[in-house]
Amino acid sequence: MEILILLLALFVLSLFLGVELITKVPPTLHTPLMSGTNAVSGITLVGALLAAGSDSSPVLVNGLGFIAVTLATINVVGGYLVTNRMLAMFKRK
Amino acid sequence: MSPSIVNFVYLVAGILFILGIKGLTKPKTAVRGNTLSALGMLIAVVITLLDSSIVNFNYIIAGVLVGGIIGATMALKIQMTSMPQMVALLNGFGGGASLTIALAEYYDNLGSAPSSFDELLTPVVTSASAFGQGAEGTIALVSIGLTVLIGAVTLTGSFVAFTKLQELMKKSYGLPGGPIGNGILLLAATVAVIALVLNPGNTVAMVSIVCLALLLGLFLVMPIGGADMPVVIALLNSYSGIAAALAGFILGNTVLIVAGSLVGTSGLILTQIMCVAMNRSLANVLFGKMAAGGDVVDAEQIYAGKVTSAQPDEVALMLEMAERVVIVPGYGMAMAQAQHAVRELADAMEAKGAEVEYGIHPVAGRMPGHMNVLLAEAEVPYDKLVEMDRINPTFEDTDVVIIIGANDVTNPMARESEGSPIYGMPILNVDKAKNVVVIKRSLSPGFAGLPNPLFAMDHTLMVYGDGKKAVIEMTTALNQA
Repeated sequence: MEILILLLALFVLSLFLGVELITKVPPTLHTPLMSGTNAVSGITLVGALLAAGSDSSPVLVNGLGFIAVTLATINVVGGYLVTNRMLAMFKRK
Repeated sequence: MSPSIVNFVYLVAGILFILGIKGLTKPKTAVRGNTLSALGMLIAVVITLLDSSIVNFNYIIAGVLVGGIIGATMALKIQMTSMPQMVALLNGFGGGASLTIALAEYYDNLGSAPSSFDELLTPVVTSASAFGQGAEGTIALVSIGLTVLIGAVTLTGSFVAFTKLQELMKKSYGLPGGPIGNGILLLAATVAVIALVLNPGNTVAMVSIVCLALLLGLFLVMPIGGADMPVVIALLNSYSGIAAALAGFILGNTVLIVAGSLVGTSGLILTQIMCVAMNRSLANVLFGKMAAGGDVVDAEQIYAGKVTSAQPDEVALMLEMAERVVIVPGYGMAMAQAQHAVRELADAMEAKGAEVEYGIHPVAGRMPGHMNVLLAEAEVPYDKLVEMDRINPTFEDTDVVIIIGANDVTNPMARESEGSPIYGMPILNVDKAKNVVVIKRSLSPGFAGLPNPLFAMDHTLMVYGDGKKAVIEMTTALNQA
């Protein structure tokens, strides 16, 4: 239960931090912000790795883990690359 | 690897994500921010791979290879006009990843996974304690249920948003009863989540949550029109973050919670910005149509005999004399692929000594900030892209406004005509400028279906035709002048 309270505290504080940070992003960069946060949400890759690589589990778990790894990797790789491509255009001048 | 070292590294990764978003607050630091964020992702993944519970690397390598190739191909091939489609897909994949992680965690703790369809629906005898001790088991189950629910809604909802943006689905479909039908689906899915928490072995409940939520995602987005997609993809962006944060609660993983909630708030804030810019509530975008009614405005009456049209070379003469010009682009500019031509026209005007800026309405384009990316691609410096609140006071000192592919966001009815469906929507006050040039195919209305009195004003010139062609002709005439 104590752990839950800690996680909940982390969650709530992150929400407040998120509001403070995101409201300072200028409208010019809102599209890269969206693709960049897509990449960050690919952090689910961490959970996906644990599911795909676990041992004791039945094959279904590994199979679901494989799908999760694939989808999360698309987000991470695709998200960071396309964001970088866009931001490089803004940097040019 | 001890859990405290892993958690410490997750903390570092979380800090890098935060610094990454902080970098996005200025165009100059944005690239570095993105790199920091990617670095955070890398160390989080590496430290996870060192976890001793990971013994089977086959699925991981296969998944990373397949996902990496697909992701890199998408990112490098996508056209900037199609960015909304790409973000819609990424939202969906994010939701799908959270969905499958939650399902994997469920069947892992269940200890028995179905090998046939019959077994999929056969209840298993188990208790919440299989998912954690005491209250933790219940909390894990609630998190699993909610992650599956939101993940599945995000998956199918984003897929529909993609097909709408790609114009594969042009009509709108909805459940009978509209929001009521969706409400019943949501209620049924919630009941299934409760059933799962009360009896964790109830696999039928789990399958029901998945199916109901997938359907809910479809029916939530299918009735929404293409022009409202900026709101929808911002909202789905938020859902994908919330699903990731919930997955963090299942796994007790701190970095998932931090990253997921950052993404969740980002999507919500963008959703709100879009709604304010359209002067509509979120509920109205999701469930309603544009406010019908008001006085029926007769387009004939507004336009009759009052619209002046001009040829591109006549406009060029006017531009030659201008000292300050503001270009107002809309989605029509992107459709005509005219952004490079527009930049060249701006260059030609600057060569004649004019000051040129771009006035960008928040909902110009098909997603937040879309117009800025398109113009940045055409090498327009970002400090020339001016947001609505800052450009509006300058129109009175502006000699010529050139509107290309925008309509409703310049309609003075939003300011003056109480009872009009768009009354109250913040607009670009282009009519305050000395001269207005509108490049447009015809006098046809924009998304709101309203005539635009701006077109009939004395100081407005209509240039009919293809946007790109008209702009190129203006540039040529201006260069010869």
